[in-house]
Amino acid sequence: MATGLSATTPLVEARGLTKRFAPPARLTDMFRKERPHTHAVNKVDLTISRGESIGLLGESGCGKTTTGRLLLKLIEPSAGDILFDGTAVAGLAGPSLIDFRKRAQLVFQNPFDALNPRFTIERALAEPLVNTGVERATHRDRVEKALSQVRLPPLARFEGLFPHQLSGGQLQRIVLARALVLEPDFIVADEPVSMLDVSVRAGVLNVMREVRASLGLAALYISHDLALVRYVCSRTLVMYLGRIVEEGPTEDLLKSPLHPYTRALMKAVPVPRVDQSRDPLPIIGNVSDARGQPKGCSFRDRCPLAIARCADDEPALRSVAPGRRVACHLV
Amino acid sequence: MEPPVLDVRNLSIEYRTSRGIVRAVDGVSFSVPKGAIVGLVGESGCGKTTVARSITGVLHQSARIAGGELVFKGKDLVAAPAKEWLEKRWRDISFIPQSAMNSLDPVYRIGAQLEEVLVHRGGRTRAEARSRSSELFDMVGLNPARLDEYPHQFSGGMRQRVAIALALALNPGLVIADEPVTALDVIVQRQILDVIRDLQRKLSLSMILVTHDISVVAYVSDKIVVMYAGRVVETGSTADVLERPRHPYMMGLTNAFPDLDTAAHDLVPIDGSPPDLASPPSGCRFAPRCPFLLPRCETDDPASAAMGEGRSVACHRAPEADDLRARAKESATWLPA
Ligand SMILES: Nc1ncnc2c1ncn2[C@@H]1O[C@H](COP(=O)(O)OP(=O)(O)OP(=O)(O)O)[C@@H](O)[C@H]1O
Ligand code: SF4
Ligand SMILES: [Mg+2]
Repeated sequence: MATGLSATTPLVEARGLTKRFAPPARLTDMFRKERPHTHAVNKVDLTISRGESIGLLGESGCGKTTTGRLLLKLIEPSAGDILFDGTAVAGLAGPSLIDFRKRAQLVFQNPFDALNPRFTIERALAEPLVNTGVERATHRDRVEKALSQVRLPPLARFEGLFPHQLSGGQLQRIVLARALVLEPDFIVADEPVSMLDVSVRAGVLNVMREVRASLGLAALYISHDLALVRYVCSRTLVMYLGRIVEEGPTEDLLKSPLHPYTRALMKAVPVPRVDQSRDPLPIIGNVSDARGQPKGCSFRDRCPLAIARCADDEPALRSVAPGRRVACHLV
Repeated sequence: MEPPVLDVRNLSIEYRTSRGIVRAVDGVSFSVPKGAIVGLVGESGCGKTTVARSITGVLHQSARIAGGELVFKGKDLVAAPAKEWLEKRWRDISFIPQSAMNSLDPVYRIGAQLEEVLVHRGGRTRAEARSRSSELFDMVGLNPARLDEYPHQFSGGMRQRVAIALALALNPGLVIADEPVTALDVIVQRQILDVIRDLQRKLSLSMILVTHDISVVAYVSDKIVVMYAGRVVETGSTADVLERPRHPYMMGLTNAFPDLDTAAHDLVPIDGSPPDLASPPSGCRFAPRCPFLLPRCETDDPASAAMGEGRSVACHRAPEADDLRARAKESATWLPA
């Protein structure tokens, strides 16, 4: 694949990205009309520049993980396009696909599942290099480099060790190092610290920040944890039922959330202090139906501000201030 | 002062494992005041669930209570005959297990499962059980019209509400909830915590809320019990412990926690990880990670000492806590040696 059309081309660009899943079959469906498909991801537009860290925030089931998997071509979209460094990802095959796989990496959510328990740490780290046919003579150097990038001791310290002999924090760094050995330009990190205890989480988060700064790596951090996203990401996208409902520089978004959903989300985040607001949340009901609405705003059933128009017109994601986009009729 | 609903005294619990005996809970003491929510917090594997299960009498078969007392309403449950303990379950002490929302039986209607408990364990008539079920649904913010639905028709958050309703069915004297909001999204989590807070006030519930999340405890609990590697390291009122931690572990956690309200300060991890309970260090269990350790910390076990009202700390240097806290705020303190 040709690299770097120009420095201003975004590294990752998605337009109208959509993924529909068929509903699971049920016996009773024989007597019914076809049930609607789930729009896991619905007409998502996003761009990620070189070296930029973006947070993708939302509730479970809102389509965050699916979005990440689409961007890495681990699954195919139902509609829409993805450009990676200016080239359409849909058309990649053969050598250009292998090249893409080297440049765009996934960091798994659960460090305990991400590594084969029967492989030594050494083998786990070299595996991506072997799989993509990277010249064998360079393996050792690349692995050592990745280990130092994630602030782990040299490979000699892990000789003969298996995953179960490492702590969660060490393992998560190994998983990250494993993504870095291929010297990617882009990583998708799906809930990268959610399985870790608080006392070790901070270490992994610090490494992620450093790696981004020193390697100029672009990253999409998928999380439901606002505090984490704030710590690592300069820009944040908020997703609700498959749609991006708000986007902005992380600090602005935190200070003045504009979409009613983002506002409720901010209020709901627990903080480790006793003096905090315990006012009722500005949101209705407690069910989110991932199927969404056939028309109108997907948040309208839970929105305390909804007006008649919200049931008919789907609000477009539009620019409301520099760098800020919101999909709501009232903003 | 009213006696506590539950007094856990010097409780020790061991598991038989392939690697030998693991003492997962070692000399744990704390009490649950009447009408209070006590947050039992600590990292994965520190023994929270083991303590919770022991109180409800549902320990895993490889576990045994190796010592101590569980004094419930003035009576030691450990010494009581097993049958008596069993009877206390549901009626006097109810348990919301970790991942309770997945423990509903998928083939029965939710209302039927509630009525089952009310009739068979509570001795209610069918009609009474039916109206009590509606009342319980109301209490946890569910629409009683949905009593006849099946678990799969409910979202995770709704099923968690059902689990709370089940636990409250027989007006227990003590409710123990193990990670009741952990698997839930923040908005649902907050709604469930509001239900819990609301019920506690209305029914003056006594409750132990087990969680690894200090924010959850900060939001709902009156009192906090902090565990580390099978021991209680610090207890006290939630506000006091969070604002003025006296144990170095708690001081370290405060730095390690990303907080939305404060400025985006750099997070400082506590180097290392908790010890292997199959071979715990002698002396203080936090010593291998503690920036303040003294030579004696590695040999002498710090006993839990009372430090003012309702406050106890297990650290040799607890009397100097104010100084240590100031030093703990500097990230250099926590850099690996
Ligand atoms: N059935 C068992 N057999 C052997 N060891 C066990 C068993 N259950 C728990 N343990 C061990 O006992 C210790 C305490 O476990 P426990 O489940 O009480 O921790 P916890 O604080 O609830 O952790 P988490 O936050 O992960 O739920 C751990 O070291 C664990 O490995
Ligand atoms: S007893 Fe010593 S090692 Fe343990 S926490 Fe206190 S100062 Fe640190
Ligand atoms: Mg547990």
